[in-house]
Amino acid sequence: MATAPIVNRRDFLKKSAASGTALVIGFYLPAVAHAQEAQPQEKKPPNPLNAWVRITPDNHVTLILGKSEMGQGIMTALPMILAEELYFDWKNVKIEQAPTNPNIYDHGTGGSGSVAGSWLPLRRAGAAAREMLISAAAARWNVNPNTCVAKDGGVLHGARKNFLTYGQLVEDAAKLPIPDFKTVPLKNSDEFTIVGHDTRRFESREKATGAAKFGIDSRMPGMQFAVIARCPVFGGKLKSFDAAKAKAVPGVKDVIAIDPVGPGAFTAGGVVVLAENSWAAMQGRKALQVTWDEGPAASESTDSLRKQFLDNAAKPGKVVRNDGDADAALSATAKKIEATYEFPFACHATMEPMNCTVHIRPDGAEAWIPTQAPQWAQEIIAKIGGLPPEKVIVHTTLMGGGFGRRYQADFVMEAAQVAKATGKPVMVLWTREDDMQHGFYRPASYHRFSGALDEKGNLAVWKHFQTSTSIEAMWNPKGEEVAEKSEFATAAFIPYQTPNYRIEYTLAKSSVPRAWWRSVEHSTSGFVVESFVDELANAASADPLEFRLHLIGEDRKIPDFTNPKEGKPLDTARLKAVLRLAAEKADWGKPLPKDIFRGIAGYYSFESYTAAVVEASVKDGAVKVRRVVYAVDCGRPINPEGVRAQVESAAIYGLSATLHDAITIKGGRVEQSNFNDYEMPRMSGTPKTEVHVVMSKGEPTGIGEPGLPVIAPALCNAIYAATKKRIRRLPIRSEDLA
Amino acid sequence: MAITFTLNGKPQSVDVSPDMPLLWVLRDTLNMTGTKFGCGMALCGACTVHINGEATRSCITAISSVAGKKVTTIEGLSSDGSHPVQQAWMEEDVPQCGYCQSGQIMSAVALLSKKPKPTDADIDDAMSGNICRCGTYQRIRKAIHRAASMPAGKAKSAA
Repeated sequence: MATAPIVNRRDFLKKSAASGTALVIGFYLPAVAHAQEAQPQEKKPPNPLNAWVRITPDNHVTLILGKSEMGQGIMTALPMILAEELYFDWKNVKIEQAPTNPNIYDHGTGGSGSVAGSWLPLRRAGAAAREMLISAAAARWNVNPNTCVAKDGGVLHGARKNFLTYGQLVEDAAKLPIPDFKTVPLKNSDEFTIVGHDTRRFESREKATGAAKFGIDSRMPGMQFAVIARCPVFGGKLKSFDAAKAKAVPGVKDVIAIDPVGPGAFTAGGVVVLAENSWAAMQGRKALQVTWDEGPAASESTDSLRKQFLDNAAKPGKVVRNDGDADAALSATAKKIEATYEFPFACHATMEPMNCTVHIRPDGAEAWIPTQAPQWAQEIIAKIGGLPPEKVIVHTTLMGGGFGRRYQADFVMEAAQVAKATGKPVMVLWTREDDMQHGFYRPASYHRFSGALDEKGNLAVWKHFQTSTSIEAMWNPKGEEVAEKSEFATAAFIPYQTPNYRIEYTLAKSSVPRAWWRSVEHSTSGFVVESFVDELANAASADPLEFRLHLIGEDRKIPDFTNPKEGKPLDTARLKAVLRLAAEKADWGKPLPKDIFRGIAGYYSFESYTAAVVEASVKDGAVKVRRVVYAVDCGRPINPEGVRAQVESAAIYGLSATLHDAITIKGGRVEQSNFNDYEMPRMSGTPKTEVHVVMSKGEPTGIGEPGLPVIAPALCNAIYAATKKRIRRLPIRSEDLA
Repeated sequence: MAITFTLNGKPQSVDVSPDMPLLWVLRDTLNMTGTKFGCGMALCGACTVHINGEATRSCITAISSVAGKKVTTIEGLSSDGSHPVQQAWMEEDVPQCGYCQSGQIMSAVALLSKKPKPTDADIDDAMSGNICRCGTYQRIRKAIHRAASMPAGKAKSAA
């Protein structure tokens, strides 16, 4: 079991998958060998007729979900793949969450990678189960398996008109050898009846009736509810506390202190108030008297960070990419185009605040956790409880939003500490204020661009300097040396051809925790690239769509500069296709009603291609987003309706960051605390959104995040068309429109 | 001192601190977890229930103020998801993470009980207190119109 530190999210997700464990754990605890490490790990594929599909003798079928459902629809999309290979009637399947067992399941859910990563493994697992059932039938009938076919939840021998349900076969089938997953025959995709067809969310009834159980709905006999007073300044520590008044609050049972835990968990520690209900715990926390040692971060502010940004931007940065000679080309040009762009920290703000319910006993533990990384949670509870991981039962619950926030395990660590200290079942519950002020934020960043066009309208030079509070610098012990790795993504291999392409980077130091926020660095890279190319188009007096298509040029594949070995290259043909499709569906170039204007953006992220056209108007310093038209190519869409839902969702999430979200810092602490000062889009601000999905037969790729990066630039490009004002800092401020 | 009210059509008595919000009485005292905690300040609408038929944020509603009143929660709309608004929610495939949807549905049912054929502007007004971080607003709007178009009399509040 490896304990090497993670490098970045891509590696993090990949290594988590490969080893079945979260490697971050190596950060905060010495690499102590687990008891189970001495035992051989299961290497052969598990029996699919237990791990992935369970069939009762009366033919009730349950498909197993190894990923976490946070709204992205994975509880529907992944079982669809299994059901397809098994020739099940979708209407009759049940779905269950897998037990946490990283030897069998690749649990970690993030990076828009669940469908892409599960597509082939689940087809193989489903096909292997089907072949076992067919073999069992053939043996029963004493015929060649090749003469039998799977059909409607059973096996049919056409000539003999024999039919046995899977339920009648499963007992025999489960004892048969497991077919080689690499050679097991997969269903011809032309025969798909489930995959590629619009399918309603499996758990929508539970979600429409209040019956759905989220982590926060977990209940154990005798459980206590805990809230934690944390130092409001990042990195600050507990100096002293007086719990007398807190303990006097009716319902409060106990008050204890927990230590902060360092890199990996990144918890603040603090004073825990345990009570018989959530309300009493919150009242108890209000009554606490706590003195904090605020530490060195108390001097940090958004203003001080901005000063750092400007100081950094005044000097050259580390050269990340250097094709040709950008500076020479810039000094040779008569018409240099320059722009700077700025982003604040952003908070995930999942609707369900963080929570974790755990009971640690001397002989084992059980937990209910809304988590994107149950395997990591299991490790943490095992470590804190002094238990082997297989003695820790982790139930992955439904999540009231994830967006990357629930890939963190800080709230799990806190709950494990409290459960260990009390020996009782406990739910650690965060309030909205806790969530907003103790999150892991999308990095704040500052970008400076210089570009020029030649006399033919080609891109002569593209120079991009960025300074930011890197994610890499937080998560990799040596991250400060390679802080740029997490900060550019597609901005480091733009599709716009230029002989002089230079990227520089300087790390900005900050105490504010950072991590993976929906679409991560693409949320900022998409904005700066698709805004600056629009600025160039304007300088060339060219149509923004035609200008992009011209600069993209011929069909070609551009290697992923940030991950040349494993990253899939950007296919310019697919990017141009979604740009053209979005433009066509949005009637690009055709007249609009007075005062309504269009903007466009196209972008490659998570191996998917997305374009958006936004129609907006600006009146009295207020932006009205009227219509959004998307085109997306995410390879073969498993559930096209689910794809549309994810893109609609990413549009609103992206609009939130464009119009509202800003986490600002003063005195080392977050200034915002709830939805009154960290606003969200609401019903009245929602544009009509259409999503056109390319019905590709290519390998499926990500869709939870790729809708996000294009919405902000498409909107701001529309605002430019409307006002000739270029939005260069987000969120949009009314003074920038005036 | 015990506080008595009507919960989903049945008498209910609880003995809790009078200033305890209805939300926490429902969730922690009565283990009725369909009503959700989102903000604690009536800013997000996840905790919406009906009190005497009015959409109300239970997170800031002291239990003492509920004495003698009729409370309806998401669990009280129907036992099986057969309420027209719930049906419309499923047919439009509204929920994503689903966490806010109990509150959204309760706000929508209250709207339809007052305005059986709401306009888009009515929907904007009635639903603006409910945040959905997954951004399902467009589908919520469609689902409300769909519920409104169902046979008359079906889309009434169960309160």
